[in-house]
Amino acid sequence: MRVNFTVNGRPREADDVWEGESLLYVLRERLGLPGSKNACEQGECGSCTVRLDGVPVCACLVAAGQAEGREVVTVEGLADYARQRAQGGCAAGACGTSLQDGRHRPAEGTGTGSQAGEGTELSPVQQAFIDAGAVQCGFCTPGLLVASDELLERNPNPTDADIREALSGNLCRCTGYEKIMDAVRLAAARQSEGV
Amino acid sequence: MDFLRPASWEEALAAKAEHPTAVPIAGGTDVMVEINFDHRRPEYLLDLNRIGDLSEWEVGADTVRLGASVPYTQIMENLRAELPGLALASHTVASPQIRNRGGVGGNLGTASPAGDAHPALLAAGAEVEVESAARGTRLIPIDAFYTGVKRNALQPDELIRAVHVRKADGPQQFSKVGTRNAMVIAVCAFGLALHPVTRTVRTGIGSAAPTPVRAEAAEEFLNAALEEGGFWDNGKIITPSVAKRFADLCSAACNPIDDVRGTASYRRHAVGVMARRTLTWTWESYRGTHRTTEGAA
Amino acid sequence: MQAEGAPTKITQGSRTKGGIGESTLRPDGTLKVTGEFAYSSDMWHEDMLWGQILRSTVAHAEIVSIDTGEALATPGVYAVLTYDDLPTDVRNYGLEIQDTPVLAHGKVRHHGEPVALVAADHPETARRAAAKIKVEYRELPVITDEKSAVAPDAVLVHENRDDHHIGHVPHPNIVHRQPIVRGNVDEARRRADVIVEGEYTFGMQDQAFLGPESGLAVPEEDGGVHLYIATQWLHSDLRQIAPVLGLPEKKVRMTLSGVGGAFGGREDLSMQIHACLLALRTGKPVKIVYNRFESFFGHVHRHPAKLHYEHGATKDGKLTHMKCRIVLDGGAYASASPAVVGNASSLSAGPYVVDDVDIEAIALYTNNPPCGAMRGFGAVQACFAYEAQMDKLAKKLGMDPVEFRRLNAMEQGTLMPTGQPVDSPAPVAELLRRVKAMPLPPERQWESSEGADVRQLPGGLSNTTHGEGVVRGVGYAVGIKNVGFSEGFDDYSTAKVRMEVVGGEPVATVHTAMAEVGQGGVTVHAQIARTELGVTRVTIHPADTQVGSAGSTSASRQTYVTGGAVKNACELVREKVLEIGRRKFGSYHPAWATAELLLEGGKVVTDGGEILGDLADVLEDEAVEVEEEWRHRPTEAFDLRTGQGNGHVQYSFAAHRAVVEVDTELGLVKVIELACAQDVGKALNPLSVIGQIQGGTTQGLGVAVMEEIIVDPKTAKVRNPSFTDYLIPTILDTPTIPVDVLELADEHAPYGLRGVGEAPTLSSTPAVLAAIRNATGLALDRTPVRPEHLTGTA
Repeated sequence: MRVNFTVNGRPREADDVWEGESLLYVLRERLGLPGSKNACEQGECGSCTVRLDGVPVCACLVAAGQAEGREVVTVEGLADYARQRAQGGCAAGACGTSLQDGRHRPAEGTGTGSQAGEGTELSPVQQAFIDAGAVQCGFCTPGLLVASDELLERNPNPTDADIREALSGNLCRCTGYEKIMDAVRLAAARQSEGV
Repeated sequence: MDFLRPASWEEALAAKAEHPTAVPIAGGTDVMVEINFDHRRPEYLLDLNRIGDLSEWEVGADTVRLGASVPYTQIMENLRAELPGLALASHTVASPQIRNRGGVGGNLGTASPAGDAHPALLAAGAEVEVESAARGTRLIPIDAFYTGVKRNALQPDELIRAVHVRKADGPQQFSKVGTRNAMVIAVCAFGLALHPVTRTVRTGIGSAAPTPVRAEAAEEFLNAALEEGGFWDNGKIITPSVAKRFADLCSAACNPIDDVRGTASYRRHAVGVMARRTLTWTWESYRGTHRTTEGAA
Repeated sequence: MQAEGAPTKITQGSRTKGGIGESTLRPDGTLKVTGEFAYSSDMWHEDMLWGQILRSTVAHAEIVSIDTGEALATPGVYAVLTYDDLPTDVRNYGLEIQDTPVLAHGKVRHHGEPVALVAADHPETARRAAAKIKVEYRELPVITDEKSAVAPDAVLVHENRDDHHIGHVPHPNIVHRQPIVRGNVDEARRRADVIVEGEYTFGMQDQAFLGPESGLAVPEEDGGVHLYIATQWLHSDLRQIAPVLGLPEKKVRMTLSGVGGAFGGREDLSMQIHACLLALRTGKPVKIVYNRFESFFGHVHRHPAKLHYEHGATKDGKLTHMKCRIVLDGGAYASASPAVVGNASSLSAGPYVVDDVDIEAIALYTNNPPCGAMRGFGAVQACFAYEAQMDKLAKKLGMDPVEFRRLNAMEQGTLMPTGQPVDSPAPVAELLRRVKAMPLPPERQWESSEGADVRQLPGGLSNTTHGEGVVRGVGYAVGIKNVGFSEGFDDYSTAKVRMEVVGGEPVATVHTAMAEVGQGGVTVHAQIARTELGVTRVTIHPADTQVGSAGSTSASRQTYVTGGAVKNACELVREKVLEIGRRKFGSYHPAWATAELLLEGGKVVTDGGEILGDLADVLEDEAVEVEEEWRHRPTEAFDLRTGQGNGHVQYSFAAHRAVVEVDTELGLVKVIELACAQDVGKALNPLSVIGQIQGGTTQGLGVAVMEEIIVDPKTAKVRNPSFTDYLIPTILDTPTIPVDVLELADEHAPYGLRGVGEAPTLSSTPAVLAAIRNATGLALDRTPVRPEHLTGTA
């Protein structure tokens, strides 16, 4: 079947979709957006968290056909989404994005060079995750970023218990969560200072 | 596999009538797991997301008509006063992401004994509104809804449209044991509702029998004990012996199994502890309200 | 970060910004937060196929027949392979013992063993085709524990063993046995005023890395294959893959993809050979991605263990002797079992002075899931048991458990049970003192003005208690872990470092085959290059097999060994650069010949601080490149009878204090705080060091209270292969983890550093168990502890 929906502000179309495919599979394998991760595919880890019409959901549990006509924001579009929100103009990813949706072809390698990604504009939570040391293997990171960003959108000054509750659907196996707590606190503090 | 996308409730009923094996999918939090893990390959998936009124609720005089797809997050945030037990249960469902998608219709459709909504629905008292194109609407009392392990009273051509839950007329509580502090399937769960208007209590037990069940003997015992002691009127503390007997009878209402999530013996024990605690919490809350009312009068 | 003791020896001493000792940020951080970082499961190729593995549905059976006809006839299917299709006579692989069939041959030995492969145009096509393969099994009795393994009529899990352990094991269903005997336990026992014994059980833990096993194999024009893969050791994979494919190693090109965590679970091969076989057979790129269910069958787990311990002590609290027997369940294939036995036995006495020991560790072959490497590697299971013993002894002696441990703590110079002296700082008593000195978290933090905040209580969001039944407990533990590969293994790494001028600025490129699995090795390599070469810009080349082996990202060894290799290569590059400088400019300034020269801030400077020139001018358009292997001190094998030998390179120590609140009626546990003190020798990147300690601590917490793969003892089948029923800690289960880092340099190691990653995983578990015992008064001799164990309803 064919599925049309909006991803990170851009209308996208996927063809020959098998009816049992998840939104996650379509994003990753058909639209060249592998940022949302496939850690459990059973809604028990949060690594595939995306915004569906603004609401954080596990993309692995949304049937591809259910995304028809809807707005999806993935980690790839998070920086634009946050920027447009900060500028006061955007709801649920309806705004455009300049993001290049590139397939991860093998030739691109893993790009661990020190200059990789330099100059990329990041959202406050993305920057805070780097600065606080909240990223190790990074597989949980995209889902945590989408969930954290939504938390701070809803509740700009969360308590620690609020942060823990909001992120209780996102598993991380590397960090022991302490640096993730630091990152969200840092993003909240920077946000309130208007940095 | 075919993906059916009805745009209206009538279209959905027609599709279900034409394809009785079609598997309804709303939040997807059960169905998609089964598809992703190759446990299930339905011939048809019947997407209910486009039927907007399934995600709406109406608060009536005595009941709340809760659309089958109202996400748990909405129940937690908007129906805490009317459906406190269900709101508490909703808060224990899986993770925020799942609570944003899943609704009571899915719990009822799957009818797993571990579904978090069941004990709260049993304790509050509810009717499930189901409909078929051929025979129209019927209301199934929640007590008659669960018919076996992951089986319910639905006919193959029927869909769950809503659940009518009695509005709380007294304190309600919900507890669930899991071996993790969040995002966990119930080892067992317990719901309790005080109904001061009828001077009754109702219970619901999850994951401790082949289906969600009420502890009817425990309810009868407690109803009688509260009546005899004049507790509803005098608002006294429930005596430990009454609470213990109630807890024991709740344990006795279980018919659990040993599985990877817990032993049968633990489930019986834990249901008793939760029964005692939730009775204390609800009764303390009732006494508080009672005293306030008395004081005001 | 608290520095104490000997100053760290830094050979170059450069003060270039972003060098070692600073918390520089990850070079891959931006890619990882934007979703651009390409993990192995993100690989994609035009025209690629999807591979699917058919796995055994039973644990132990003869394969009577396999019928692939219907599967092959499925539209969209390009290949179906079984054992008979393997291209060469090399049909097994393995880390040490090549006992693992690429595809089952005549027999399956565990639940979920690969039997056949499918390649198709869509994952669903591949799954449906795999389901059409008809395999007829004739089931065999299952070996599930020591009793069934060594029974007189036991079926042999592996017939005709010819590995180098078969000569010294008492039974063919025992992979390896390591006794260690020192002193005389029978005599020492007579000096004991108190003796405690215990039988302990450690459950099967899973690494549960989040990035599932996956990769992409692309056939190449020369008949070879290029594999993009998530692994812990590229060259070890290569050594096992190439012979099965019948290809020389140079025709199997391997590039490390993004690795979504490892923790030991990627030391063994998973889908590597399968993807290559399908790619070579079909001539098309083949991608394989496990789902979470398959991942539980796709990698080895931590060995479950039974441990029997006896300790004695005098009434003034000195250990007299220790006798133990550790039985590790290795499952169906050897994997890392022999080395795990070596670790479990040699570290079984813990970080204590005990001169008279009688130790035996064995690993079994059974039909349970294969077990091998996981963070802590044999030391974890032992630590759980000996720390329980320490508490029992302290209690029996009426002593404080921390003081009792401090009284018996090893220090530099103490002899290990193997007779090896500990020849670098061993601040065991100090770590315990520090962790005990940290302020305790306030009681009843869950109380708030609006009633109990259930999120801070046992049971959390499940609303099981508002304070009823909740009792606090505090527990302590300390552990010892070896760093690096031991027992005579030639443990080395290779680094290629290049220095050149790009855009007028000196740039260093570091190329190693080190698997970055999240630990931050890439961050540290750049820091080392800055410190040693005085440059700001460092490029980390993607890891591949175009450079020599880096060894495994395991055993807490990469910062030591590949870090050492990078440091060494940088030093050689520096010498060459200075040589060029002397040649070009030596005649202009005498200091080129006479002074100690450093590279700092892009310049050549004297140790007195005088600037001699810009690196850009020294190098001009010349590039200096060095590729060199680097080795740590050699080790030796343990004697097979006595266990004596200098088997380890370095030791690492951590101590924990756990504070828990237990709902004693429901048996639910909330860990309130897990404080850790660890000696790291030298923190090259303090932020990463703390991240390792907190992460390791949390994995230890997991196996204390929730994590266990449950295997049915009757069928040897895995009962909970999913994240629904194999639970790992969420953010609501994980407490604050204050960390106190000591930096006591090990003079034998680069910069004095000490491997960090594993030690915190050891002591975390026994500390939590000790705290639960403290809260409940229960004996608790197994981990994980489940609600039924705390409520008498098991």
